[in-house]
Amino acid sequence: MTTPVVPVTAGTPVDDLPTGGPVLGRISYRIPVIYAVLAAVSLLGLAGTLFRRDGVWGQSTEFQSRYGDQWFTIPNFSVPSLLSIIVLTVLMAGAAVYAYVLTAARRTVPVWLHIVVGLSFVVAFLTWAGAGKTSVIPVTSLLAGALALSVPLIFGAMSGVVCERSGIINIAIEGQLLFGAFAAAVVASLATQPYLGLVAAPIAGALVGALLAWFAVRYHVNQIIIGVVLNTLVLGLTSFFFSTLLADNRETWNARQPLGIIEIPLLSQIPIVGPVLFRQTILVYLMYATVIILQVMLFRSRWGLRTRAVGEHPKAADTVGIHVNKRRVWNSILGGAIAGLGGAFFTIGSGLAFGREMSAGNGFIALAAMILGRWNPTGALVAALLFGFSKNLGNVLGTIGSPMPSQILAMLPYVITIFAVAGLVGRVRAPAAEGVPYTK
Amino acid sequence: MSDSSTPGHAATSPRTGSSVLRQIVGGDVVISFLAVVIALAIGGVLIAFADEQVATTVSYVFARPSDFLAASWEAVSEAYKALFRGAVFDYEADTLNRKVRPLTESMTFAIPLILAGLGIAVGFRAGLFNIGAQGQIIVGGILAAYVGFAFDLPPVVHLLLCILGGALGGAFWGFIPGILKARTGANEVIVTIMLNWIAVSLIAYVLTLGRFNASGTGLRSPQIDSSAAYPPLIPDALFPGNTFRLHWGFVVAILATIFVWWLLDRSTIGFEIRAAGANPHAARTAGMSVGRITVLTMVIAGALAGLAATSQVLVGGGSLTAGVAATYGFDAITVALLGRSRPLGTFLAGLLFGAFQAGGTLMQSVTPTPIDIVFVVQSVIVLLIAAPPLVRAIFRLPDPDAPPRASRAATKEAAA
Repeated sequence: MTTPVVPVTAGTPVDDLPTGGPVLGRISYRIPVIYAVLAAVSLLGLAGTLFRRDGVWGQSTEFQSRYGDQWFTIPNFSVPSLLSIIVLTVLMAGAAVYAYVLTAARRTVPVWLHIVVGLSFVVAFLTWAGAGKTSVIPVTSLLAGALALSVPLIFGAMSGVVCERSGIINIAIEGQLLFGAFAAAVVASLATQPYLGLVAAPIAGALVGALLAWFAVRYHVNQIIIGVVLNTLVLGLTSFFFSTLLADNRETWNARQPLGIIEIPLLSQIPIVGPVLFRQTILVYLMYATVIILQVMLFRSRWGLRTRAVGEHPKAADTVGIHVNKRRVWNSILGGAIAGLGGAFFTIGSGLAFGREMSAGNGFIALAAMILGRWNPTGALVAALLFGFSKNLGNVLGTIGSPMPSQILAMLPYVITIFAVAGLVGRVRAPAAEGVPYTK
Repeated sequence: MSDSSTPGHAATSPRTGSSVLRQIVGGDVVISFLAVVIALAIGGVLIAFADEQVATTVSYVFARPSDFLAASWEAVSEAYKALFRGAVFDYEADTLNRKVRPLTESMTFAIPLILAGLGIAVGFRAGLFNIGAQGQIIVGGILAAYVGFAFDLPPVVHLLLCILGGALGGAFWGFIPGILKARTGANEVIVTIMLNWIAVSLIAYVLTLGRFNASGTGLRSPQIDSSAAYPPLIPDALFPGNTFRLHWGFVVAILATIFVWWLLDRSTIGFEIRAAGANPHAARTAGMSVGRITVLTMVIAGALAGLAATSQVLVGGGSLTAGVAATYGFDAITVALLGRSRPLGTFLAGLLFGAFQAGGTLMQSVTPTPIDIVFVVQSVIVLLIAAPPLVRAIFRLPDPDAPPRASRAATKEAAA
């Protein structure tokens, strides 16, 4: 389909230039190349290392899906390790070829192909890690742990989306999560009622969001500065109270108040995914609702249109009568509340007491997930889940014992994120007016 | 991240010469001083709030308010006295050595903060938000320590090689986000955050390897040779019998400050860095390679952060542990912000935060107030200094940049 390139020299008349046919950009073969690399890693890295073992064809990997009480469970099953890896590798190689054909024909690679390749690689990796071991690969608990690690990230990323779509950079997600965790634990403990903590957490997060908006909108302070400083401020405040008030009187101020688990009938009986998705605390259900509502509202409602207008072109928004700064302040407060709610997951959502620096950098990872998801709620959700899964994969492999040292496994989610940012996403486009204060 | 709002670009608005007094009252120095006062006041309220003695007196505050006030005063003044004694001058100590030692402690704590802060400041000036000082310190520390214990070299050469190793390690860890940003457009905020975490795992892994793990515990490398350690800055000959920890790393910090000043304000590269930071499109149009500047800036920033690691590792009997970076990498961001990304400002901000660190350590050990209050005070200071109108509003100070009231009234009349 590419038009032949005729070298243009000084003497060539303009009429001789190739004309006709649409001007087409260069084809990017990034996706087929990534697929091929994954297939190659699977073949050389996974199957290759197994070949060197003795009696490799007899080795098998056992998977387990049982997780808590269910009406019926799939019994543990085992697959021949090497054969499965080879089959999966062939699948990935086939996908790479198909993706190449599609890209060469200038068609987009469908989403299901991404999912097939991703799943194949993960299953191949798990099969490799459990090959010839007596311990089983706990599939359901692997997924459940992944979701648990993702919940605060998802809330944080949603907070980022709400703020940044309106033009406020929210680096303070970390502080909002931490303050939410703190407020939820303290209020739930004082009232001996975990659900009151669920009310306090968003208020605390909103407070941080309001401070962010106040300094950013009223005083035009650089939003990254305020975000970083608010993180330090919240860290200082919560650590200070943790080692004074909370430590002096642990039973009153910082007792554990876990939220109860609500099981959704029928849905929670689905094998493998049922208990993962539908045997959770109310906080996780609120997370599902937040993502769905935001995705719909941001692109289908008046609020969403105005938010995006304010973030992309505040002057135009102002001209048609939208209050730019008011919208930014309210979005910032709303975003703070969402992140605060996510913070509650660390304490009452996981049945833990508050601990110093409990958010442990999750706010920054949420920020990364938001950018990876291109400022879209669903995209951010997928990115956060990917991160949570790879983190939990490292944890699970560390406990069942894998050929890699645990410190290297711990790097896994961060390395994957860097690859995702540099390889898959590349140049992302932030809302145009992000971080720029608006004055008439 | 947005490029147009690079931190540390104070507007140079025209100022009229007629209002010198207004400049002094509403200007930067007074604002900075008042910000410190407000921050300490807020810290005082928190200290009183968390004090047990105050909590008991507050239950009968309406019957005997004097008890409550006395208890509050006692708690707050004890904490701040300890902060001062730990940071500047310990007037309660009995020997001169112990009286002066706090000041040298503050300077010692300031070394890594200044060096890493300078690295972050250089990034800010180029419009890069480098959160990765923490990881750069760790990787710099690994290399500096390795050169320090693995080789047997003559004194001065050994130290210089170790310093070089630290700088190279940091520079390498800064190069990664730089090249990724330049080549693929990967957001440097994400990549540096991820590299911080990778560095944490990396040092844990390295400490379990061969030569690093001579003790077999996987927690601590062998001690560095004495030839690789920074000599004490104040020798015994000058101050007999001193126990100061202050070492030549402080001179490295001063030299680095001068270097960054020269780099940013006097060199061509510095001009390009600032141009790329102020407006990357204009810089590209003017023929500068923004990608090259990005990589170079991140390498310099990383090298400076790597130098920060040397002040932690290359001390007498020093060795590499997983906690080599403590929280210096994150504190350095606040230091650079407080210093407005200027070399001298960062140096002074580093000294101030070093003093808070040293003072907070003593305060935590002799009073019930934990060192965490220092973070609150520090962040309130930076917040307030970033928003001068707020400080002026609190103290009802005039705005030095606004036209005087008389002329403002005149313009209003003219408009009417």
